[in-house]
Amino acid sequence: MSLDDIKIKKVISPDGEEFEVNPLQDYFCTDRPEEIKPVRGILEKFYNWARSESIWILGFGTGCGAIEMRPLMTPRFDAYRFGIQWRPTPRQSNLLIVSGYLSVKTLKRVIRVYEQMQSPKYVIGLGSCTINGGMYFDSYNTIKRLDYYLPVDVYIAGCMPRPEALIAGFEKLKSLIKQGKAEGANDYANKFDWYKENQKAVILDWDMPDYNW
Amino acid sequence: MGEKILFAFISVFVTLNYGYLLNGLIRKIYARVGRRHGIPFYQMYIDLFKSLGQRSNIRHGVMFYLGPVFRFTGGIGLFLFMPMIFGSKIFGNFSFSGDLILLLSFQFFGTLGMALGAGESGHPHSAIGVTRGLAQMTAVEVPFVLALMAVAIQYDSLSLHEIIAAQQGSILNWTLFTNPFAVVAAMLAVLGSFMRPPFDVVLAPQEIPIGPPTEYHSNYLVYLQSNRAIFPLAKAVLFMNLFFGGATSFPEMMLKTFLVIMWSVFVGVSFPRFKVEQSIRWFLGIPLVIGLLAVAYVQFFL
Repeated sequence: MSLDDIKIKKVISPDGEEFEVNPLQDYFCTDRPEEIKPVRGILEKFYNWARSESIWILGFGTGCGAIEMRPLMTPRFDAYRFGIQWRPTPRQSNLLIVSGYLSVKTLKRVIRVYEQMQSPKYVIGLGSCTINGGMYFDSYNTIKRLDYYLPVDVYIAGCMPRPEALIAGFEKLKSLIKQGKAEGANDYANKFDWYKENQKAVILDWDMPDYNW
Repeated sequence: MGEKILFAFISVFVTLNYGYLLNGLIRKIYARVGRRHGIPFYQMYIDLFKSLGQRSNIRHGVMFYLGPVFRFTGGIGLFLFMPMIFGSKIFGNFSFSGDLILLLSFQFFGTLGMALGAGESGHPHSAIGVTRGLAQMTAVEVPFVLALMAVAIQYDSLSLHEIIAAQQGSILNWTLFTNPFAVVAAMLAVLGSFMRPPFDVVLAPQEIPIGPPTEYHSNYLVYLQSNRAIFPLAKAVLFMNLFFGGATSFPEMMLKTFLVIMWSVFVGVSFPRFKVEQSIRWFLGIPLVIGLLAVAYVQFFL
């Protein structure tokens, strides 16, 4: 998408009728995200167990850390054993792994992808770059702390963390989900203005709707 | 009538669970071929509960809702209108004298419903996926319908019940031995409707993530997953009834349907993926010729 794509424009239909299209209003949802309270009691515990045992990762690599996610699908590490599977579409995924450094350009895509995912959703920051910028700490073009922009559930430190570390991170995320502590989607909804402010501070050419689920 | 409805519920419930476990087992087999351990065989159930437990979902319009419902109806309909176990009261289902024609239309019903639903989701990958799916399904139908015609001419009947009855007595009465051309043509054609390699370009995550169900999630996905459990099984039951003498007991049904499905699994793990124009050309090649041979065979030699 570019800035031109979201400008109000005139469109001619196949019948020859001319009408105005406002892409931000007509093509996207304009509602703010809202907190969805978990149901109380044993049902939520059961759902949390199911959520923790069936984690679907979005196949989206942002930086060099993505190379450590590939061996997880291979016979040597085989993360499928733990109920971890890869999905190619954000609608069906529960977990977004931000794998390594995040340039401002990629951050835009990551935000759009995160907002398209359905609640409850989780974020793992992989590698030092997501924690404090890592070796890109003085880069003009990467963000330094991921949790200013998205609610992160688990960080996996290292440059690069090995696949074993990733599996340990998944196990940590699982225990957080089972305890009902992985409520990132609700945090994002509650502190929406703060997150948007941070995001817009680094993304100068904001050419997308504020919330695009 | 009330009794019949209760029996239908029982047989759908049993078949759904058998389908889920079978899908888990097939995923496991795929993993073992790739030298992995793979998911636990009961993972499908956890995925199902997880999808049900999603807190939010998206609406794209009425047809978006109805797409998965149509798909699931296609699967259930295909299953409910043929006898699962020959002579059984519970698993006899709503078989009637012209069911073979109805089953043919139910095969296409789900795909068409899904085309409307996926179209309304507005995602370009869904539209491309569905277009490819419909093109491939149409090519699959040609040899498949020829094989069905051969069987219908051979037994002079459009009733599955009569076709199964004609195959009882000895293993040599099976269509497999009385009309091998029809069986070969149909078995080659059915590879295209199980959505496994080499004919899974419609759903392939590496090609178009992931085709028709791109926008479907949470409860919608539960429908699609349930359909994926029951539809291949219904297809396998149809094949068992038409070609492999039907089944008179539950274990016999399980064994025969398992073997029919394994046929597509073995082909799937052994061969790479076709592009959609390659697969259409393939279906209109050898399987079509064998299908024509089958019709000619019953016409002139039986």
